[in-house]
Amino acid sequence: MTVSVDTPTVDRADSLTCLEDESVHILREVVATFQRPVLLFSGGKDSIVMLRLAEKAFWPGRIPFPVMHIDTGHNFPEVVEFRDRRVTELGVELVVASVQESIDTGRVRELPGSSRNPLQTVTLLDAIAAHRFDAVLGGARRDEEKARAKERVFSVRDELGQWDPRNQRPELWGLYNGRHRPGEHLRIFPLSNWTELDVWGYIRREGIEVPSIYYAHRREVVQRDGMLIAVTPFTPPEPGEPVRTETVRYRTVGDATCTGAVRSDAASLDDIVAEVAITRLTERGATRADDRASEAAMEDRKREGYF
Amino acid sequence: MESLLRVATAGSVDDGKSTLVGRLLHDAKAVFADQLAAVEHASRRRGYDEADLALLVDGLRAEREQGITIDVAYRYFATPRRTFVLADTPGHIQYTRNMVTGASTADVAIVLVDARKGLVEQSRRHATIAALLRVRHVVLAVNKMDLVGFAEEVFDEILADFAALAERRSVRSWSAVPISALLGDNVVDRSAATPWYAGPPLLEHLETLDIQENRELPAEDAAGEAAAEDEVRFPVQLVIRPRRHGYADFRGYAGRVEAGTLRPGTPVTVLPSGQASTVAAIDTADGPLAEAGAGRSVVVRLADDVDVSRGDLLVAGRPPSVTRELAVTVCWLAEEPLRPGGRYRIRHTTREVRAVVEPRTRLDVSTSDSAPTDTLALNDIGQVLLRTAEPLVVDPYSRHRATGALLIVDETSGATVAAGMVEGAR
Ligand SMILES: Nc1nc2c(ncn2[C@@H]2O[C@H](COP(=O)(O)OP(=O)(O)O)[C@@H](O)[C@H]2O)c(=O)[nH]1
Repeated sequence: MTVSVDTPTVDRADSLTCLEDESVHILREVVATFQRPVLLFSGGKDSIVMLRLAEKAFWPGRIPFPVMHIDTGHNFPEVVEFRDRRVTELGVELVVASVQESIDTGRVRELPGSSRNPLQTVTLLDAIAAHRFDAVLGGARRDEEKARAKERVFSVRDELGQWDPRNQRPELWGLYNGRHRPGEHLRIFPLSNWTELDVWGYIRREGIEVPSIYYAHRREVVQRDGMLIAVTPFTPPEPGEPVRTETVRYRTVGDATCTGAVRSDAASLDDIVAEVAITRLTERGATRADDRASEAAMEDRKREGYF
Repeated sequence: MESLLRVATAGSVDDGKSTLVGRLLHDAKAVFADQLAAVEHASRRRGYDEADLALLVDGLRAEREQGITIDVAYRYFATPRRTFVLADTPGHIQYTRNMVTGASTADVAIVLVDARKGLVEQSRRHATIAALLRVRHVVLAVNKMDLVGFAEEVFDEILADFAALAERRSVRSWSAVPISALLGDNVVDRSAATPWYAGPPLLEHLETLDIQENRELPAEDAAGEAAAEDEVRFPVQLVIRPRRHGYADFRGYAGRVEAGTLRPGTPVTVLPSGQASTVAAIDTADGPLAEAGAGRSVVVRLADDVDVSRGDLLVAGRPPSVTRELAVTVCWLAEEPLRPGGRYRIRHTTREVRAVVEPRTRLDVSTSDSAPTDTLALNDIGQVLLRTAEPLVVDPYSRHRATGALLIVDETSGATVAAGMVEGAR
């Protein structure tokens, strides 16, 4: 990782409060104007921040919607343990939609040697239809990726769950229009204007717990496609592939088969904030095999209904 | 000076917006190594001599294929002095609705023009929209100066043209910079090719701009700005009544302070009903607040048991108008033209009401003349009269954005068909 000398020195504490206020406003609009919202919760840092914001938005009431995990079955155990504990603490309902089940019932076919990540779209859309969710809250941010940079806060999906990026609804001021036809739903992105640095700054400010794999730890990894992939039951080393033990952490937490770790000594939230402030690689470029596939990999998945 | 500045780029297609944004991000070192590598790779594959920085922002396949920007892209970067949210908006007339989206939340609009062409209709349209939306400051960036030999006369002529337009459109705060987005002159670093230009390069200009809320205060309001600061506007989003032990009698109103400052003890009126009460407490999950200024999302409790629900407004200070008839300036954003007598809904603050929309006048962007009309079509700017089924609580947009802004929504499709700015109650 190369280090740039001009790290931002702007005081971001103030901007964190602005971002929180904006996100809380969005969450309240959703609850006020939709019948059946749901919050996507993976146990990753963005969805953890989303849960905290939801807690704040409806305080002293409880979070008035369920949370849903699209489970590829290829999870980091630390993350699933964290998910279950957090959900219990908050007293929210957890819906788990399983990619394994989609495979077993023949809704999708698993291709040998490729990740389950794209299969999640079918599982997600099936679950949205089965539960008749009309607003699906996601933690995606515009700074993650260039197709995401084009996304609205309230984003319409047609009956097939598809995104039409060439024909998005104008979105002005803080006036969010969630009207839709039967069968359509909206994806809502309250963290649209947050950056990765904001997310970590907020986690630090709020003292929010995150799964341990975000912190530097020793782990057996293999080097594959320029990424460090953890050795797990789903990702065994290939024959002849050297296994090394390295000090790493995760910048994103997703399906274990396509999420890479980064070499890092960041053992505390302060370390992580400092590291993210000077990094020269985007989180997806550094850690997501699925996004490296092509220039339009994310756009194509999003069009089909991906998160 | 605010630490966060929201900037929107505007201007006609091919005037160099994407190149400028790419250049700004690149020279401000806000481009990550993997993004740059991807752009270099894609440029090489396309057979370009140099990395095309526009590919950094053109995030959609169709945009890269056609070499145009279709929808607004948001970029976030920070310099040691300021944090920026940059909305790169499309120049093509067909996608004006997306330019309006990007500009609606901007503090500053950069209007790019091609030095060889000067102000074209689309630059005039964008400047007009920026003025209507009351973007606080407009920067005229005269681009492609390299193609006119960095000639001062060319710059001065465009400046004079723009000055006349700014005057007509009441753009009160603006400035101009001669640049070459492609070569980098006066973008981040001062150019040696423009010794006649005394001002700062564009980025430094943005870093140091002190933007004032240029709110229009009525002449009779002798107390001026102070009076507007005392005007509280708090649209209620939700009533919070927890079914939870320890909060049995809790009844709070969740919302965002859109104008003014709320404090415990502030006397407020609930509109449209007109009931009066006093703020008893301002709550947040992090504890009660002694005051909540504009932008804060809070829960307000009132001292009296009054009837309040979503769509109501808590106000203090000079009252807004409660009306069912209002004059509105609109940008028409839908393919389908305005159908007089059609079924529309108005989305205003946290309220949604049915309305009849009557077209009045249409603005000719190139001549700045308004003429009577019986419809408005895609990208038209004009005046309409709204008659609503239930009262709205409004301020002129020039006085308070949040209570002066509205959307016109097609009842059947749910589409947002127009952006509206309240001129006044009828
Ligand atoms: N010579 C010169 N060409 C420029 C300059 N800025 C942009 N261009 C070129 O003008 C064309 C249109 O630029 P682009 O950024 O795509 O324009 P947009 O449609 O406004 O986003 C491209 O071929 C650019 O390389 C400049 O300052 N000088």
